[in-house]
Amino acid sequence: MIEANGLTKDYGETRAVDDISFSVRPGIVTGFLGPNGSGKSTTMRLILGLDAPTAGDVRVNGKRYRDHAAPLHEVGALLEARSVHTGRSAYNHLLALAQTQGLPRSRVNELVDMVGLRDVARKRAGQFSLGMGQRLGIATALLGDPATVMLDEPVNGLDPEGVHWIRNLLKQLAAEGRTVFVSSHLMSEMALTADHLIVIGRGRLIADLSVEEFVQKASGARVRVRSPQATRLRELVLGPHVSVTGEEAGLIEVVGLSAEQVGEIAASNKIVLYELSRVQASLEEAFMELTRDEVEYRAPKNEPVERVEVAA
Amino acid sequence: MSSSAASVTLPTGGDQSLVTQARVARSEWTKFVSLRSTRWSLGVGILLTIVFPILFALVTKSHWSHMSPSDRAGRHPLDIALVGVNVAQLAIAVLGVLVITGEYSTGMIRSTLVAVPKRLPVLWAKLGVYAAVSLVLMVPSVLIGFFASQTILSSRHILQISFSSPGVVRSLLGGAVYVMLVGIFALGIGFIVRNTAGGIATFAGIFFVIPPLMNVLPTSWNNAITQYLPSEAGRQLFSLHHAAHSLSPLWGGLLMVGYCAAAVGVAAVLLVRRDA
Repeated sequence: MIEANGLTKDYGETRAVDDISFSVRPGIVTGFLGPNGSGKSTTMRLILGLDAPTAGDVRVNGKRYRDHAAPLHEVGALLEARSVHTGRSAYNHLLALAQTQGLPRSRVNELVDMVGLRDVARKRAGQFSLGMGQRLGIATALLGDPATVMLDEPVNGLDPEGVHWIRNLLKQLAAEGRTVFVSSHLMSEMALTADHLIVIGRGRLIADLSVEEFVQKASGARVRVRSPQATRLRELVLGPHVSVTGEEAGLIEVVGLSAEQVGEIAASNKIVLYELSRVQASLEEAFMELTRDEVEYRAPKNEPVERVEVAA
Repeated sequence: MSSSAASVTLPTGGDQSLVTQARVARSEWTKFVSLRSTRWSLGVGILLTIVFPILFALVTKSHWSHMSPSDRAGRHPLDIALVGVNVAQLAIAVLGVLVITGEYSTGMIRSTLVAVPKRLPVLWAKLGVYAAVSLVLMVPSVLIGFFASQTILSSRHILQISFSSPGVVRSLLGGAVYVMLVGIFALGIGFIVRNTAGGIATFAGIFFVIPPLMNVLPTSWNNAITQYLPSEAGRQLFSLHHAAHSLSPLWGGLLMVGYCAAAVGVAAVLLVRRDA
């Protein structure tokens, strides 16, 4: 359980996190979604007490993280930036962290096996590939058998097999009743793993909803109509809350009315329809729509530089 | 390795997995001994402490017959035995800085502070481990340096001093303690500066740059100030003769301890207050 209350963080003049409140519940996977630079990593640093909030507070399992007597048993975290001494072996890295709370060597061995690093555990972490580094980070996160698991961009640098492994792991952890909080800038990834979404942009909370709600919001927003009398239909449906776009002759897209409503209007005016369909916006489109104004860096002419990547 | 791995069940952790100071110290010990750079720096520090007295003894022995009486009078057996301390302090200081700045440069500090979010136990553990290791290694090193140089010089029956002569044991142990204190001071600087190059530069500035600069000052000022510099105050721990315008071994040593306490105190406040 993570509860943020009016959480705010300034770095000098820049407000990285702006008065956000949310709670992350146990037993489900909660996706923490936002474009790059939107404040996801900062929020996670605040949760872990690595940075102190400018205002507000955040509690993990009922207490400030710093006040927990067995912190690694409360929260296991994978931070986005590498957090491993490059000169130390993966095994010794895990051992040193385990020893801070008196966890046995057997626990370290168990995790080395679990994340599939057995063959390289004695190698210096500086020689690890990005994917191996992520696996080590996940081993670190699970070391203390934490009630809350918080992973910052866990699929970064993983091969498809690794991505698949992470998805299953997250679901398993949630099914065991743990709180699972996973950040990503990939909506498609979140759609596959998360049950609930917390969306931020430019440090502000944009949405806090279930993935189901998100999908519903995303779909059915537009109605596509093909008709030889498209121009006349366009005049008939236009209204204060209704807009119409048309890219080719005989084809219009209506925003603000349901497909049923458009069909009724067409029927009562004896307009022939060749096609009447709801346009399903993709999750990526919906996400971009949601965060359009909140993307920090943008190239001119509507070409977002920090686009949300669409995973294969 | 992956799909099967997901089926591994996590054991339910016990409530006894609490962070304690002793456990953090154990963790810091593991960190300390598991880095190649640590072993190298310590090895070099020990080697210098032992090898330099031997070299100086050999040179003195072979040149003795050509040396003027005043040259001969200027040589002291303890100066030869402890010549390595002056060099070893640099290796120990650099390692002291690195013990913490290496964590900041690699990002390890985030893992460390997530595991020990109260933070201060990390500082105490690093201090304890590092002070203990440097003292435990330096004491035998200075003793070996002393006996080896004395053995070499004894073949010519020159510059002999008994281990039981007044001040000898104090000087030798003082040399080891001085190096340990230098290491603690450097560790404190490392925690404050959080950057390897900056930490080493700050240490070198205080110990190696400021003292010679004092010579530019009028003599009376120089005499008044220099004795209170950390390097000068600390040096009294292992100097056998009490020179004019210098503190006694006790007061010099205490002042050096005071400098260490100040550095560590600032480090503790900043460690708790600053964002990691």
